[in-house]
Amino acid sequence: MKAFFINRHLVQRLGFSLITLIATLTVLPILGVIVYIINKGAPAISWEFISGFPHDGMRAGGILPAIVGTLYLTLGTAIFSVPLGIGAAIYLSEYAADNTLTRLIRLAIINLAGIPSVVYGLFGLGLFVIFLNFGTSILAASLTLSIMTLPVIISTAEEALRAVPQAFRTVSISMGGTRWQTIRRIVLPEALPGIITGVILGLERAAGETAPILFTGAAFFLPRLPHTPFDATMALPYHLFVISTQVPEMPIQIQYGTALVLLTFVVVMNLTATFIRSRARAKRQW
Amino acid sequence: MVNLALAWAEAYQTIRPDVRISVTGGGSGTGIAALLNGTVDIANASRKIKPEEIEQAQANGIEPVEFVVARDAIAVIVHPDNPVSQLTLQQISDIYSGKINNWSEVGGEDRPIVRLSRETNSGTHVYFLETVLRLGQKDNKTLFSMDTLLLPSSEGIINEIRQNPNAIGYDGLGYVPHDLKIIAVAETEAGPYVLPMISTVNDKTYPIARDLYVYSVGQPQGVIQDYLEWIHASEAQEIVAELGFVPILVHNP
Amino acid sequence: MNSKQNWQEFLIPRLIKACGYSAIVFVVLIFFFLLREGLPTLVEVPLKSLFDPRWYPIEEHFGILPLISGSLLVTVGAMLVAVPFGIGTAVFISEIAPRWVREILKPLVELLGGLPSVMLGFLGILVLAPFLRVFLDLPTGLTALAGSLLLGGIAVPTVVSIAEDALDAVPRGYREAAWALGATKWQTIWRVTLPAARSGVLTAVMLGIGRSIGETMTVMMVTGNAPVLAVKLTSIFSPVRTMTATIAAEMGEVASGSVHYRVLFFIGIVLFLISLVVNISASAMIFRAKKRAERVLS
Repeated sequence: MKAFFINRHLVQRLGFSLITLIATLTVLPILGVIVYIINKGAPAISWEFISGFPHDGMRAGGILPAIVGTLYLTLGTAIFSVPLGIGAAIYLSEYAADNTLTRLIRLAIINLAGIPSVVYGLFGLGLFVIFLNFGTSILAASLTLSIMTLPVIISTAEEALRAVPQAFRTVSISMGGTRWQTIRRIVLPEALPGIITGVILGLERAAGETAPILFTGAAFFLPRLPHTPFDATMALPYHLFVISTQVPEMPIQIQYGTALVLLTFVVVMNLTATFIRSRARAKRQW
Repeated sequence: MVNLALAWAEAYQTIRPDVRISVTGGGSGTGIAALLNGTVDIANASRKIKPEEIEQAQANGIEPVEFVVARDAIAVIVHPDNPVSQLTLQQISDIYSGKINNWSEVGGEDRPIVRLSRETNSGTHVYFLETVLRLGQKDNKTLFSMDTLLLPSSEGIINEIRQNPNAIGYDGLGYVPHDLKIIAVAETEAGPYVLPMISTVNDKTYPIARDLYVYSVGQPQGVIQDYLEWIHASEAQEIVAELGFVPILVHNP
Repeated sequence: MNSKQNWQEFLIPRLIKACGYSAIVFVVLIFFFLLREGLPTLVEVPLKSLFDPRWYPIEEHFGILPLISGSLLVTVGAMLVAVPFGIGTAVFISEIAPRWVREILKPLVELLGGLPSVMLGFLGILVLAPFLRVFLDLPTGLTALAGSLLLGGIAVPTVVSIAEDALDAVPRGYREAAWALGATKWQTIWRVTLPAARSGVLTAVMLGIGRSIGETMTVMMVTGNAPVLAVKLTSIFSPVRTMTATIAAEMGEVASGSVHYRVLFFIGIVLFLISLVVNISASAMIFRAKKRAERVLS
C-alpha cells in the first residue's frame, strides 16, 4: 500500500511540471534579452545611425564603419574557412578510412572547437600579425577567425554529407562514376542545404566574436572605411565593447542601438539557417 | 587620453583632410608597447615612459621622443550621496592599500569600501600607485589591496560609482561627469583640502596632478611634425580645456 | 575521360585529403606558437613565484594562482547553473515536449548559443550586476556570481544540444521495454533512458565546462577583474579575475618579447592544456560508449 502516498503517477505529474518549468526558465531569458534590447535600442535606430560615421568621440552619429567592418570580416572568414572546412568534411565523410589517423583528425577538430577564443587571439597575434608581418589587419583577423570557425563548419558539413543515403553513391558508382564525380554531382548537391546551414551558423559566431580580433585586426576609430585587406577595421562586437566600457559620457541609447544592430545581425543569420534547414528537411526525398 | 586623442584627430582632419589619423585605445601601456613594436607612429600616454621601455625601444631600433601636450588632475570620486567630502593623501593611500575598509573610519556611513581602479596597463593607474599609494616615495613598496577591482577603463569605473554608494574610484578629471562627487584632497591633515581644477593644477596646490605626453618614433617629421605643432597651438589646447584637462601654457614661443 | 577530367581526378582528391589533415596542422601550429612564445617564462620567471598569491605584473608579481582560482570558481558556478537547466531542458525536448514545442524550442536554444558574448557582458554590466548588488546586498555586483550566471547561460546551449543528441540516440527499444514492464514515462526517463545516455550527457557537461573556462569577454566585463585568491565558499560573492580576462585585458599593453608578454602566453598554454584534457576525456568517453553500444547491440 506504499503506492497510496508515493503514487508514481503523482510523481510523474510533479516531475514533468518541474522539467517543464526548467525548460521554460531556460527559454524565458533568451526571449527577455531579445525583447529588452529591441526595446531599449530601437529609439536609436535611424538611417543616419546605420549609414553614418561616428562623431564627437563616438558619442553621436552612426556606426557604419563598424557594420561594414563586420561584413568584411565575415566575408574574409568565409573565404578561408568555407572551402577548407567543406574539403575537410568531404575527406572525413567520403574518403577517410576508420583508422588511427582519422581518429586523430577528429580529435584535432574537437580540440580546435574547444580552444578559448582569447587563445586564438594570442595565436593570431603571434603568427599572422607579428611573424608573418600582416600587421593589425582584416587579413590577420579573418585568418584567425577562420581557424576558429573551421570545427563548426567541418562537423555540420560532415553530418550533412553522411546523411545522404549510401544508395545514392552506390548507384552513381555502378554507372561508372568516379568517387569525385559522385561527390561533386550527387552527394554534394544533396547535402548542400545542411552544409549551408552549418556555414551560416559558423559565420554567425565569427561575426559576434571579440577576443580573436582584439589584437589582430580591430581598431577603435578609423576616419575612413578600410581600403585593403591590410587595413585595420572597426567591428560591431569590438565597438560595443569599447563604447560600453571605455568611453566616458557615452549616451546609453547609442550603446543599446549598437547592441541591437549586432543582435539583428546574429538573429537574421540564425533564422536564415533555421529556415534553410527546415525547408530542406521538408523537401528531402529521403 | 583616448577621448582627447579622438577629439584632436577629428578636429585635425577637418582642417587637413589629406591626413588620415586612426586611433585605438587601451591605456598608456598599450600605446607605448605599440610604439616599441613599431605598429604606431605616435603614442599618447598619461605617464612617463619607463626606463625599461626606452631600453626595449632602442633594442628595436626606435628612439622615443617625448612631448608634453597637456596637464591633468586625477580626481578621487565617490557616489553623490556619500557624505565624505575630503580626504588626506595618507587616508586615500590607506583606503587603497587595504588598511581602511569601512567608510565610517573616514567620517562616512557604516558601509564597506569598494575600491575601483584602472587596469595595470593604464598610465593613470601607475601614476596613482606612485603618487598616492606610495606618497611619491621612491622606495615605498605599498601595493593596491588584492580585492581592488581593476576595470577595463574609465567608463567602467564611472558606471559602477554612479550606482554604488560604497564605491571609491579615481580618474583623470577630464573623464569625470558632472553627476559624480569629487573629493577635496589635502597633502597632510593640516593642509588645505583642494578640489581639482585648472587653477589648482597650474598653481600646484592640488597634490595629484600630472603631465600628459605624446611619444613619437624619433624626431617627428612631415605630417607628424605638423600634427604635433598643431597640438601645441591654441586651437588644440582649447579642445584640451573643453574636455576637462588642463592646457599647457599657451604663451610658449 | 578527357584530360581535363584526368587532371581534376588527380588533383582534387589530393586537395581534399590536404584539407582533412589541416585540422591536425592547425592544432599543432597553435600549440607550437604558444610554446614558442610562452615557454621561455619558465626560464625567466622562477617557478616558485608563478605560484605566488599575488598577480601584479607591472611590479614583477607573476603569481597565477589567483587567476586560475578565478577561472575555476566562475566555471564551477556556471556548471551549477548549466547542468540542471541544460539537462532538464534536454530531457524536456527529447522526452516530454510535443513535437510543435520541440520545433520552436530547439531553434530558440540554438539562438542563445549564437548570442555574442560581448552583448551578454554588456547586459551584465547594465542590468545583472546592479540587480545582484541590490538584491543580495553586496558591496558590488561585479562578482564571480554575475560571471557564473551569464556563463551558465552561455554553456546551456552546448549542454542541451549534446545531451539531447545523446538521449535521442538511446534506442526506442529501451523505453518500450520499460513501459511494457509497467514503468511510467517519468520512471523510464530517470532509470532507463538517462543512465543509458550517461556518457553522452557527461560529454555534454564536459564540453560545457570547456566552454565556460574559455569564455573571455563576458567575464572581463562583469567579474570585476580583481586578482583575488578565491578559495572560500563566499568568494562567489566577490570580484575575481579569470585567466582569459587577464590575457585579453593585458595583452595590448605588453611589449613584444617582454617577460609579461611571455607570462601571458604561458597562461594561454595553461588554458590550451586544460581544454585539451577536457576534450580528450570527453571524446574518450564517447569512444568507449560507442564500443560498448556496439557490443550490446550486435
